Amino acid sequence: MRTLRRVALYAGLTLAALTFIYPFLWMAATTLKPPFEVGTLALIPERPTLDNYRTMWARAPFGRALLNSALVATTITAAVLVLGSMTAYAMARLRFRGRPVLQAVTLGVLLVPGQLTLIPLYTLIVQLGWIDTYAALVVPYLLNATAILMLRQFFVQIPQSLIDSARMDGMGELRILFTIFWPLAKPALAIVAIFTFMGSWNEVLWPLLVVRDQRLMTLPQLLTVFALGGGAGSMGVSLASAMVLVVPVVVAYVFLQRYFIESMAGAGIKG
Amino acid sequence: MRAEERSGWLLAMPYAVFLLAFVAYPIVFAVVLVFLHWDLVTSPSFAGLDNVRLLTHDGRFWRAVGNTFVFLAIHIPLQIVSALALAVALNRRLAFRAFWRAAFFLPVVISGAVVAVLWNALYATDVGLINRLLVRVGLAPVAWLTDPRTAMPAIAAMVTWKNVGFYVIIYLAGLQYIPRSAQEAIELEGATAWQRFRHLTLPLLLPQTILVLTLSTINGFQLFIEPYVMTGGGPLRRTYSIVLYLYTNAFFYQKMGYAATIGVALALMIGGVVAIQRRLLGSAEAR
Repeated sequence: MRTLRRVALYAGLTLAALTFIYPFLWMAATTLKPPFEVGTLALIPERPTLDNYRTMWARAPFGRALLNSALVATTITAAVLVLGSMTAYAMARLRFRGRPVLQAVTLGVLLVPGQLTLIPLYTLIVQLGWIDTYAALVVPYLLNATAILMLRQFFVQIPQSLIDSARMDGMGELRILFTIFWPLAKPALAIVAIFTFMGSWNEVLWPLLVVRDQRLMTLPQLLTVFALGGGAGSMGVSLASAMVLVVPVVVAYVFLQRYFIESMAGAGIKG
Repeated sequence: MRAEERSGWLLAMPYAVFLLAFVAYPIVFAVVLVFLHWDLVTSPSFAGLDNVRLLTHDGRFWRAVGNTFVFLAIHIPLQIVSALALAVALNRRLAFRAFWRAAFFLPVVISGAVVAVLWNALYATDVGLINRLLVRVGLAPVAWLTDPRTAMPAIAAMVTWKNVGFYVIIYLAGLQYIPRSAQEAIELEGATAWQRFRHLTLPLLLPQTILVLTLSTINGFQLFIEPYVMTGGGPLRRTYSIVLYLYTNAFFYQKMGYAATIGVALALMIGGVVAIQRRLLGSAEAR
């Protein structure tokens, strides 16, 4: 009887896992199908073709969008890691007037829904003349409350003795941060890096507001515009454009899933 | 102390400036905008309570609010039940446990825009995967995204699919805290698995359930990319979401004051609903 329960459990789990994986497999297969095969259930096309990808590539600047997304996400992640750990270090290990206020405000930021500040931020960008610039995509995200709080939590645990001996050696705070704290904080930094990068990579509402020029669009934004504007024409082509976004993420996910899960689940709970 | 104080300030300064410019100022200006008419081209003009009055009478806005509650009514129970079921199934020694977990979590890391495009294809009436499967087993195809009765439920199901892995992780974390000793003690007293679940596991998971409820609710109020990509808010405005309306007012109608008013209303609604949920469930927790 126990074995029957076991088998049923594994069967159920397999079925569940399939509902999560199968759509992606079907999507990949569909992108390789010629028009008359699109929509069939087959996972292997009878007449595989790269036409959908060729059409998609020709109709919209997806290569450029990939570059834009990579540039924006990398810049933001680097800034959040560097500036964020500076702030976290100050909050965790340095005593200064106003520290409690800053901490309280940082916690408060997490409670503010993005939609409240969306319009004023948009008007600010317009007034700064930053529409259709990388600045608009990057600057509002250079610092991140969730990241700062996560890093702070980690930095608080590092023994004071390490700092004291470093200070006695004449090290300044920044050197202490980057030569002592950073090597020790690698797991925390990795976690912050992942959710920051993924958050930026997947962000679409903000780019839809501040970027109109197709050459500056990020990948999910171009995908959306492409799918909506009818540029795709067929399901095979629109799914092909989705594949450009999905494949790098899935590849990274297959190798780093533990970090992805720890990172994005942890950040989501805190946020 | 003075050197430490100075270093502290220097290191924290970028963030303080950032907060002022990109958090404090926008929050204050959002409230200011409620009382202005502004199209970003001409200078803003004072609107008094016009925007607020307009909002209270705006059929489109209230339809969007109603749609949100339809969404939540389907999404939340579905989310809790499926996440809980999967978490309980995973909470034991299993072969390939990491694989199942990774499979369930996969849609969480994928962009919402991609998921929307994918499910557009899955739900497509003629060539979509779901209808093809239904026909294959002898059932009639459904016009998922074009039938006003099924459009929002279809989106709710999709969002549940996308996020369930995330909530599985939350429930798994909660399940770790339930001591084996308590489970074994109850088993010894002759309780069935279901009784064990209902009287031991479920109550102990209440904090996680509250978290799932809160996060799903916030998520539901912030629905944007799915209706934007899949239905444009239709059919018959049945999938029109609040954020979609906010975006339309800002980007297409150029009504900054009104859009900001919608934003403030949304923030208040989210705050209100979450507070009510916590109040109701907080008292359950106390019991």
